[in-house]
Amino acid sequence: MTGGGRVIEGIADGVAGQSTVARRSRRIAARRQSGNLARVTDAKMPLRAKVASSVSRTAAALSRAAGRGDGSVIGGWIGLKIDPELLAHLAAGRSIGLVSGTNGKTTTTRLTTAAVGVLGPVATNSFGANMPTGHTSALAKAGATPYAVLEVDEHYLPQVLEATEPRVVALLNLSRDQLDRAKEVAMMAQLWRAALAKHPDVHVVANADDPMVVWASVDHTAVTWFSAGQRWHDDSWVCPECGAPIERADEQWWCTGCPLRRPEAQWVVEDDGVVDPTGAWHKVVLQLPGRVNLGNAATALAVAAQFGVRPTDAVSRLGGVASVAGRYAQVVREGRNIRLLLAKNPASWLEAFDMADEAPTLLSINARDPDGMDTSWLFDVDFSPLRGRQVLITGDRAYDLAVRLEVNDVPFEHVRTFAAAVAAVPVGRLEVIANYTAFQDIRAELDRVN
Amino acid sequence: MSTDPFTTSPYGEPVPAGSPSVLRIVWVYPDLLSTYGDRGNMLILGRRAQQRGMPVELIEVRSDQPLPTTADIYLIGGGEDGPQALAAQRLITDGGLHRAAAQGSVVFAVCAGYQLLGSSFFAKGAKCAGLELLDLHSDRGPSRAVGELAGEVDPRLGLPPLTGFENHGGRTHLGPGVAPLARVTVGIGNDESSEGAWRGKLLGTYSHGPALARNPALADLLLRWATGISALPPLDDTWSDRLRAERTAATRVA
Repeated sequence: MTGGGRVIEGIADGVAGQSTVARRSRRIAARRQSGNLARVTDAKMPLRAKVASSVSRTAAALSRAAGRGDGSVIGGWIGLKIDPELLAHLAAGRSIGLVSGTNGKTTTTRLTTAAVGVLGPVATNSFGANMPTGHTSALAKAGATPYAVLEVDEHYLPQVLEATEPRVVALLNLSRDQLDRAKEVAMMAQLWRAALAKHPDVHVVANADDPMVVWASVDHTAVTWFSAGQRWHDDSWVCPECGAPIERADEQWWCTGCPLRRPEAQWVVEDDGVVDPTGAWHKVVLQLPGRVNLGNAATALAVAAQFGVRPTDAVSRLGGVASVAGRYAQVVREGRNIRLLLAKNPASWLEAFDMADEAPTLLSINARDPDGMDTSWLFDVDFSPLRGRQVLITGDRAYDLAVRLEVNDVPFEHVRTFAAAVAAVPVGRLEVIANYTAFQDIRAELDRVN
Repeated sequence: MSTDPFTTSPYGEPVPAGSPSVLRIVWVYPDLLSTYGDRGNMLILGRRAQQRGMPVELIEVRSDQPLPTTADIYLIGGGEDGPQALAAQRLITDGGLHRAAAQGSVVFAVCAGYQLLGSSFFAKGAKCAGLELLDLHSDRGPSRAVGELAGEVDPRLGLPPLTGFENHGGRTHLGPGVAPLARVTVGIGNDESSEGAWRGKLLGTYSHGPALARNPALADLLLRWATGISALPPLDDTWSDRLRAERTAATRVA
């Protein structure tokens, strides 16, 4: 969920991003005022923060009432204008988990929220607004909760670590995403590495299968490693530490030039379940499709364990998550059981093919601002898993996709509208795989299904 | 991605000697220079050759492997600063690309790969030596060039207008030993005026990633250069024609 908010929320970067010594010391004082862990109350906030928090909630409500959106960005933006320290004030006293990475963070945040929910109320940015404005809005709206689980845009992890001083941070993966805008993958890993070095107390839950994530985390004092598998390897053939080639065999990987290698994982996906650090295996029954989501579940259990939640208590809650901001949602239209899958970058397209049934499939591609304007990545995706299925294509950039599919020997049919796609397939399952704004367009046609 | 419809040699496998009828396409250092769907150029060339009945061998050569010197077409992709500098060093040390170019092989390079064919370029703030295969050098521009790129191609090449997407921080200055590939109509290219460069059978462009997807006529030019066949049978380019028309219209509006 990188795209949607990045553009809109960019306005607030400076507000949330500043960090001077003076401000930091003020904030530490504010944090002391706000008192005991797990007991945040409005009464203990400084007046300015109280006003900001209240205005933030009102603005969010107004935005929703005016039909301008879900209010998860604008409320936080106004709140941070009034009190730049608002996020820190709202975070103080809560036990917080952050979830970041290129892919899977919205879903993993939802699963983690469900798992930590065993302990009590959990604040979360469930609309996927994953920058400081979204966090501010989510915490203000939730009121006093002992826990929070926040999805964080990977670019903003340093600021959010600074502002929220979390207990746990989960690092999922790093791969190419929105190439015309995003930081290069190795630079992102460096950004994370530097950010973690400034926060030695945070416990890191990190993906042992992703060399970039491992390099970002490996020098940290407290790390729990999970293994969820990694389908996409094309951003980690070169060691971020020394530049030598990285070799892979089965699930192992190692640098041929320095000691960087896959650490042993304590939480591992095995069959249709997850093995915990004691070696116990827990069956995981999810409503969300694919092995990718089993990996997200393993991550959620590992994060929840840092809050003291036993996996045996958490697993049943994971099965309660049915769809995440429209992703994986199933809608019946004219006898077609339509399932929505979001795929934003090469790695997530590979995952979507894995999740999708062998059924007629609609692909929709846009290249509007939140998607990134460059469609080159289409050639980083191997579409051959779709051979043998009825493939339909649509979206602003359907012709880019057409040229790619032709080269890939995947027959397809171009349709101009979503309705035409529905009409073109037989009664039964229709899988829809779309990138960010294309996904939102189709979701709007389906009455903003969640 | 071995399931694209070709038999791709695994990394580093030596090129089989003989079999001159096989068109051999080498993708140079995909481990370093493959940021923006660069694989597309190899797949498109391979497919267009195959559709004309030519047997094709696609060879991916990793940066720790020696570069074969007798292939027909060499493709060099885009990359980040670090990998670009490393690729240039290894190509200079290897010497294979120089030998291949001297023997008349085709070289098609995009973005970072294009820059490193010149005498020097900037990566991570430092000036790096290039391969000196093209008479040009690159430095840092005042701003990053990101967006649609279009231009009128050098009439001697007989191609329709170039269309593509660029994303680079460098500016490239051409010497008298090369000709610009195109005159810029949209975007920045080399310097907001000219775009890309060519000499003999070496051609470079800032139109990055799968540049040939939008420029099938350029793909065919490379195939003509490589095979010496001047009259390639036409192909059905319905979808790339629609893509070109759609992109041209979009850049006109913008």
